[in-house]
Amino acid sequence: MLRFIIRRLLQMVGVVLVLSLLLFMWLRNLPGGPVSAMLGERATPETRAALEKALGMDQPIWVQYWKFISRAVRGDFGPSSAVLPGRDAFQIFLDRFPATIELSALAITIAIVLGIPLGYIAARRAGSLVDNASVIWSLIGVAVPVFFLAFLLKYVFAIRLHWLPVSGRQSTDLDATRITGFFILDGILTREWDAAWDAFLHLILPAMALATIPFAVIFRITRAAVLDVLDEDYVRTAESKGLLTRTIRSRHVLRNAMLPVVTTIGLQIGGLLAGAVLTEKVFALGGIGDTLAMAFERRDFAVLQVLILAATIIFVVVNLLVDIAYAVIDPRVRTR
Amino acid sequence: MADTQSTTPPSEPTADRASTGSETPTGRRRGFGQRRKARIDALAETVSDAGRIDDKPGKSLIASAWDRLRRNPVFLLGATITTLFIVIAAISPWIAPHDPAARLLIDKVSQTTNPVPGPEPGFPLGADNVGRDLFSRLLVGSRQTLIVGVMATLFGLLGGLILGTLAGAFGGWVDSLVMRAVDVMLSLPSLLLAFSIAAMAARPSQWTVIIAIAIVEIPIFARLLRGSMLAQRSSDHVLAARALGVKPGAIVFRHMLPNSLGPVIVQSTLVLATAIIDAAALSFLGLGNPDDRKPEWGQMLGQSQQYLADHPHLAFYPAACIIVVALGFTLMGESLREALDPKSRR
Repeated sequence: MLRFIIRRLLQMVGVVLVLSLLLFMWLRNLPGGPVSAMLGERATPETRAALEKALGMDQPIWVQYWKFISRAVRGDFGPSSAVLPGRDAFQIFLDRFPATIELSALAITIAIVLGIPLGYIAARRAGSLVDNASVIWSLIGVAVPVFFLAFLLKYVFAIRLHWLPVSGRQSTDLDATRITGFFILDGILTREWDAAWDAFLHLILPAMALATIPFAVIFRITRAAVLDVLDEDYVRTAESKGLLTRTIRSRHVLRNAMLPVVTTIGLQIGGLLAGAVLTEKVFALGGIGDTLAMAFERRDFAVLQVLILAATIIFVVVNLLVDIAYAVIDPRVRTR
Repeated sequence: MADTQSTTPPSEPTADRASTGSETPTGRRRGFGQRRKARIDALAETVSDAGRIDDKPGKSLIASAWDRLRRNPVFLLGATITTLFIVIAAISPWIAPHDPAARLLIDKVSQTTNPVPGPEPGFPLGADNVGRDLFSRLLVGSRQTLIVGVMATLFGLLGGLILGTLAGAFGGWVDSLVMRAVDVMLSLPSLLLAFSIAAMAARPSQWTVIIAIAIVEIPIFARLLRGSMLAQRSSDHVLAARALGVKPGAIVFRHMLPNSLGPVIVQSTLVLATAIIDAAALSFLGLGNPDDRKPEWGQMLGQSQQYLADHPHLAFYPAACIIVVALGFTLMGESLREALDPKSRR
C-alpha cells in the first residue's frame, strides 16, 4: 500500500511539473503578453525593452522557467493588474478560495446524497417509473448549460419569488465576524447563527446549479454499476443462501458497485472548478471561480497564473486521493 | 431498458464493445488469400457471435441493434430532434423571415425606456437589444451552432483517431508516450482547459472556439479508441491474421481500426452535445466569437446575461434551443450505445 502511494505521488509530481511547463509556455503566448498588458497603448520599443529587462524576460528561457517555478513554490506571483489592482495575486487566491470550497462541498454533497441512492433504486427497479423518470431527469441535467441553469434558478427563486438571495456570499448588513474565511464555519464558531444561516442561504442556489452535472453523472454510473453487479453470480449465490437483503445490498452489491462511482466522484470534484467559474459568475459569489472569469476577461496574468496552477494542483491531488481510496476499497488495484 | 429480470445468462466477457462493427472490411485478395480472408472472417464472426444472446441466428449485431432501435421511443425522439435540427440548419437562410443581421427595429430601441422591443406583427418573438429579429436569429443560429458542434467534434475525433490508433496499434513505448500526454491533458478540468486555450487567441472568432473545444475532446476519443484497439490486439481474429502473415499495416487498418470505430462514433454524438454547450460557456465568459452578424445560440445566450432580470426571454429562447438539441443528440447517442453494447442486451 505504501509503495502504491509513493509511486502515485511520484507520478503526480511529474504531471504537475509538465503542467507547470505548459502553463509557463501558455502565459508567454497569451495575446499581448504581460508586457503589453502592463504598458497598454503607450508601449514604445524602449519602454517595452526596459520592462522586459525588469521582468527578466531578456534572459534564456530555461532561466525564466526556473525563476517561474521557484517563485511559484514560494507563492510569489506578483501583484494583480486588473482584478484587484495592486493586491498580491496569491493573497487574492487565499482570500477567495474558501467561498469556492464551501460551494463545491455543498454541491458535491447534494450530488452524492441524491445520486447514489437514486441510482441504486433505479437499478433495483429497472424499467419502472422511478427508473425512467430519474434517467430522463439526469439526461436533461447533462443537456442544460450550467450557467443557464444558474440563470434560471436565480431568476425564479431570487428575482421573482424572493425566496433566496440574488447574489453574494452573505448579506452585508450583518457585519459578521471573520475567523477562517469560511463564512458558515465562522458563524458556527462565533455562534452568530444568523450569519451562518445567511451564508448558507446564499449558497443554496449556486450549489444546486453546480450539482446538476455531478448528480447526473453519479446517478447514471451508480445505476449502471449496480445493474452490472446485480447480474453477478455471487449476488445470486448470496440470495439463494438466504442472506438478508440488507446484507446483500451493503456487502455484495454496493461495495462492488462503488468502485466506478468513487472514480467518477473524484473526476467530478475536479470538474466542479470549471462549473464554479460559470456558476460563481452568475451569482457573483466572490470565490476563485468568478475571480478566474474576471481574470480571463481583463487579462490579469498574475491572477490567471495562480488560479490555473491552483486549479490544476487541486485536480491532480483530488485524483490522487481518489486513487488511494480506490486502492483501499479494491485491494486488486494495488498490485497493478 | 424495459425488462427487469436478472435471470438472463451473464454475457460473455469476450464480447467486447469493440466488436460493434461486426462486418469485417471486404478486401480484394487473390488465390489462397481468399481462403485466408474467409477464415479470418469466420473467426471475427465468432467474436461478435459471443455478444449474441437471444437474437435469431444469422443476424448481425448491427441488424439486431437496428431492430431494437426502431422500436425504442428514446432513440426515435432523439433521432427526430437531430434530423429536424439538421434540416432547419440547412434551410434556415431561406425560411427566416428577416435578415438576422439587419437592425430592423432599431428605431424602437431606447436604452432607458425600451431596451428590448417586444413582439409585433412580422416579429413573432420581438427583437434583441439592437433591433434585430429574434426569431430569424434563432432560426439562422441553428446553422452556426451545428457548424461549431460538428467541426469541433470532427477535429477532436481526427486528433483522437490519430493518437488512439498510434497507441493501440504500436503499444509499448508509443502507447506509454501517447497515454502520458493524454493523462496530462485529462489532469486539467476539460472546460477550464478550453477556457485557457480560447484565451490564447488574440482575436477570438468562431474558429478559435472550435479549436479550443476540439483540443479538449482529443483525449476522450484517444482513450476510447486505444482501449478498443488494445482489446482487438489480443482478440482471436487479429492473432489469426497475424499468424497467417497479414501485413501489420493491413491488420491495423483492415481488422483493428474498423472493429474499434463503433464506440468512438457513438461517443461522438454525445460529445457533439457537449461541444454545443461548451461553446455557449465560452461565449458567456467573453471568450467566444464576438462577431454576431451570423448568430449562434451559445453566443446569443452568452450575450443575453445583462438583460436577464428584465428581459429573460432573450436568454430563454436560445437556451431552450440548445437544451432540446443537446438532449436530442444525447438521447440518440445513449440509445445507440445501449443497442450496440452486447452487454446491455438484457
